[in-house]
Amino acid sequence: MSSEVLLEGKNLVKHFPHGTKGLMSKPDGLVQAVDGLNIVLRKGQTLGIVGESGCGKSTLARVLARLIEPTSGSIFLEGQDITHVGGKDLQLLRRDIQMIFQDPFSSLNPRHSVGEIIASPLRIQKIVPKGGEKPRVQELMDLVGLNPEHYNRYPHEFSGGQRQRIGIARALALNPKVIVADEPVSALDVSIQAQILNLLEQLQHDLGLSYVFIAHDLSVVRHIADEVAVMYLGKIVELAQPAGLYSSPAHPYSKALLSAVPLAEPRSTHMRGRIVLEGDVPSPINPPIGCRFAARCWKAQDICRAQEPPLGPAKSLLKPEDSLVACHFPENSN
Amino acid sequence: MESTPLLSVNNLSVEFSTPDGIVHAVNDVSFSIEAGKTLGIVGESGSGKSVTASSILKLNSGVTASTSGSILFKGDNILGADDKKIRQLRGSEIAMIFQDPLSALNPYYTVGHQIIEAYKVHHRGVKKPEARKVALEMLRRVGIPNPEARIDEFPHQFSGGMRQRIVIATALINSPKLLIADEPTTALDVTVQAQILDLMKDIQKENGMAIILITHDLGVVAETCDDVAVMYGGRIVEKTSVNELFTTPTHPYSFGLLGAVRSLDKSARGSLRTIAGAPPSLLHLPSGCSFMPRCVFANDGHSKCSSIVPELELVPSTHSLSACHLRKDALLKLTTKDLL
Amino acid sequence: MSAAVDTPFFYFPVARLLRIALTRFIVRRIFFALVLLAAVSLFTYLLFALLPTDPAALTCGKNCKPELIAANRVRLGYDKPIYEQYWQFVRGIFAGRTYGSGDIAFKCPAPSLGYSFNQHECVSTLIGKTFPVTAYLSLGSFVLWMLLGVGTGIIAALHRGKWQDRLTSLVTSIGVSLPTFYVGLLVLFSVVIWLQWLPFPHYASPTDNLHDFLTAMILPWITLAVLSAASYTRLTRNGVLEAMNEDFVRFGVAKGLKNRTVMRKYVLRAALIPIVTIAGLDFAALLGGAIVTESVFSLPGMGRLAIRSVTDSDLPVLVGTTLVAAVFIVMANAIVDIIYGVLDPRVRLK
Repeated sequence: MSSEVLLEGKNLVKHFPHGTKGLMSKPDGLVQAVDGLNIVLRKGQTLGIVGESGCGKSTLARVLARLIEPTSGSIFLEGQDITHVGGKDLQLLRRDIQMIFQDPFSSLNPRHSVGEIIASPLRIQKIVPKGGEKPRVQELMDLVGLNPEHYNRYPHEFSGGQRQRIGIARALALNPKVIVADEPVSALDVSIQAQILNLLEQLQHDLGLSYVFIAHDLSVVRHIADEVAVMYLGKIVELAQPAGLYSSPAHPYSKALLSAVPLAEPRSTHMRGRIVLEGDVPSPINPPIGCRFAARCWKAQDICRAQEPPLGPAKSLLKPEDSLVACHFPENSN
Repeated sequence: MESTPLLSVNNLSVEFSTPDGIVHAVNDVSFSIEAGKTLGIVGESGSGKSVTASSILKLNSGVTASTSGSILFKGDNILGADDKKIRQLRGSEIAMIFQDPLSALNPYYTVGHQIIEAYKVHHRGVKKPEARKVALEMLRRVGIPNPEARIDEFPHQFSGGMRQRIVIATALINSPKLLIADEPTTALDVTVQAQILDLMKDIQKENGMAIILITHDLGVVAETCDDVAVMYGGRIVEKTSVNELFTTPTHPYSFGLLGAVRSLDKSARGSLRTIAGAPPSLLHLPSGCSFMPRCVFANDGHSKCSSIVPELELVPSTHSLSACHLRKDALLKLTTKDLL
Repeated sequence: MSAAVDTPFFYFPVARLLRIALTRFIVRRIFFALVLLAAVSLFTYLLFALLPTDPAALTCGKNCKPELIAANRVRLGYDKPIYEQYWQFVRGIFAGRTYGSGDIAFKCPAPSLGYSFNQHECVSTLIGKTFPVTAYLSLGSFVLWMLLGVGTGIIAALHRGKWQDRLTSLVTSIGVSLPTFYVGLLVLFSVVIWLQWLPFPHYASPTDNLHDFLTAMILPWITLAVLSAASYTRLTRNGVLEAMNEDFVRFGVAKGLKNRTVMRKYVLRAALIPIVTIAGLDFAALLGGAIVTESVFSLPGMGRLAIRSVTDSDLPVLVGTTLVAAVFIVMANAIVDIIYGVLDPRVRLK
């Protein structure tokens, strides 16, 4: 991949104390939400992050957007270390990295008009756009497909899809370089999802944006991402371009995840050969040693339970060289 | 073919009066289902699918809802039945499960208590140890590991997937003839969804119950249903077999929905197919076809679309019923090839 | 064994209580309550000690000789540095305290909260005399207001939008906005003076004269209950309505349970747990003295004692009553937390 690195996370770790009950008690354990990740977002591209609930994808999003500080590891934006910036520098950083949230119903303040909501990043940063605030906000509304005349309306007067457009306009107000989108379409109806995804792609094309796109829906990620990271229990188990990942997943978990998605094609599952995983995702508090997927994996051997597989080249006949997998016995390996 | 259906819903309409006006949640909806079959009711939020489902057990909150039409279960009209009769049906002949397994179980009682309660309501006089045995057997059947130990735990001690299994165990404890499943897997992860759908299909194969599956997910429909009713704006706009829906959709809305899903499933990058606009408000339904404002086929030449509500009619050379004024000309020329 | 199938509404899970009672949860909760009490006592004591008034000067009347003031200062220990005063105070609580020496010495036995020169009594004796009145007042009105508030709340929720609901809503919105002193005086005036249904209240202990006790208590009970019930009606109504929308309630109905069973085991259980906790705190606050009600109906309770100590600048009494009220609130907090843990299995207990 040719374009330059925009955002990079190195050895990112985020642990949350679990079960703290008072000022003087020690936590019972650590929730290892994100546990040693390396991640690269290139300029103008979209990095998709998929996984099931509890895999740590939302924590990763918040770490990358520097809403929370990682426990260890570092984050670089255009080569600058932003891991521990605070105060005024952090506020300046917000101009470059913005977030879009999942729930268009709770992420907008119901007592503020749409104009105020979209202008809020400008006001917080004390930026007065050339030509004034209102024209800029209306320009943004137009950009995301909202009627600029609805400037004075309130969130409850809009449908779910339109509210998500408001959230997108707010994220664009400061001309950010990176947008971290945490499940931006999963609360929307199918016919509306497509509208929002098209809008995000259009904006990327027009404004040269780079996205970190978090989702649990593999189809959505496949459509929008240039590169996809599959997460399981705080780790990246596979990192590949969508074409290769979806046609020939290298990690057994990716394969199971893909096969579980019901397709709008009757009788197709019989031909696809569904893998139904047994049991639940283990607790991220004190996760298993060795491969974290081993307990549910049909290919697991003794080595999997003893030794954690590193994320390395897939060594697959079917995959491009830059795809990575963390498995002792990847699929389609030579 | 001509056997009496297990359940038939005829001309069902449900209205809610709210401070803002009357919400026409369900309008003139009819369908039926036979034993051992699975009927999918597909629609987006506000399509009336959940209200339709709760009407079957008269679960719509009584004060503000007014319901008309008839719902015949084994020939008896449920809508006309008294409270006692309905209670005898609920949970014994017709069971229902809900979308969110996290909130479907009473947090203050153990799961065993809740399953035993569901059993004893319809088996008066059964002693508790006996009911407990039945509950344990059911928990084992739905795949709860180590049920003897876990039966006395509280719902919050189980994962989301396990809770949905417990909900299913509770619903099926009296071997109902009909299970109404309202978005049973929407709140679950895909791998867990696969487990739950498999479980439901397995149990159906064993006991021959009918399932009405309410969902917004065409993928789930494709995998589990025999027949489908597509709802939009509180009406059924298309009623057909699963195979026909996915090969030759006959209503512009089904066509658009399938297009949106397919292009997402298939696509490399590039623009996705969408349906422009947003679903109508059930407070102010358009006077004619409620899909008209978003329909790519309707145009000024078809004034019928904006003035007359289309009836469900058999589409020639198919087994599909479609509520569209246009299907005879423009629409029938479309096939799945146009969807891709 | 699991809980019985036909457990009554709000059965108290004894086994669970015992299990919890032995856990660190309770030990820690009680420990923190004690720490908090120590902090409150220190804070209260310091707050009043730092007031610009000279406590010794207040021990005798206007034409007091400076020598007497000085003597009283020594006798009450006000000549010592503040930390030593506080230490004496705390020790007095546990060991009792003797003021002065020789013939004029007088002793306040433990728990001593100081000595009131104004009333020439140990503070603990004063509180001991007035507390039963406050307790009777609180207990009676508490029972009344819970029955009234929860009852009307449930009725309003069950008839949502109908006349019962609208009437309740109207009455409660008046109820929550009326001040106690106004309603108290209104009731007193109309029932006692205008209608003359009751004699003018003259408090007597129930063991001495039950008739006088009841005639003195009935109006304050009703006044306090009606006014406090209003907010409980609202809480209950909203709690019940919220609970009725819960999926698990719909699931209970879909099981074929009787409406009564669903209401009891599903709706009320969920709706009333938060109310129990708020009620516990409100009751505790009331025990600390219903200042306005006691004043209006001239009941010799702790609230009136506190008020009087303010107007008389009777610092020892003020400190004592404040501290006792604080003890009730802190204890109620701890008890409510523990009860909550027993009633709601989702509360983490370790």
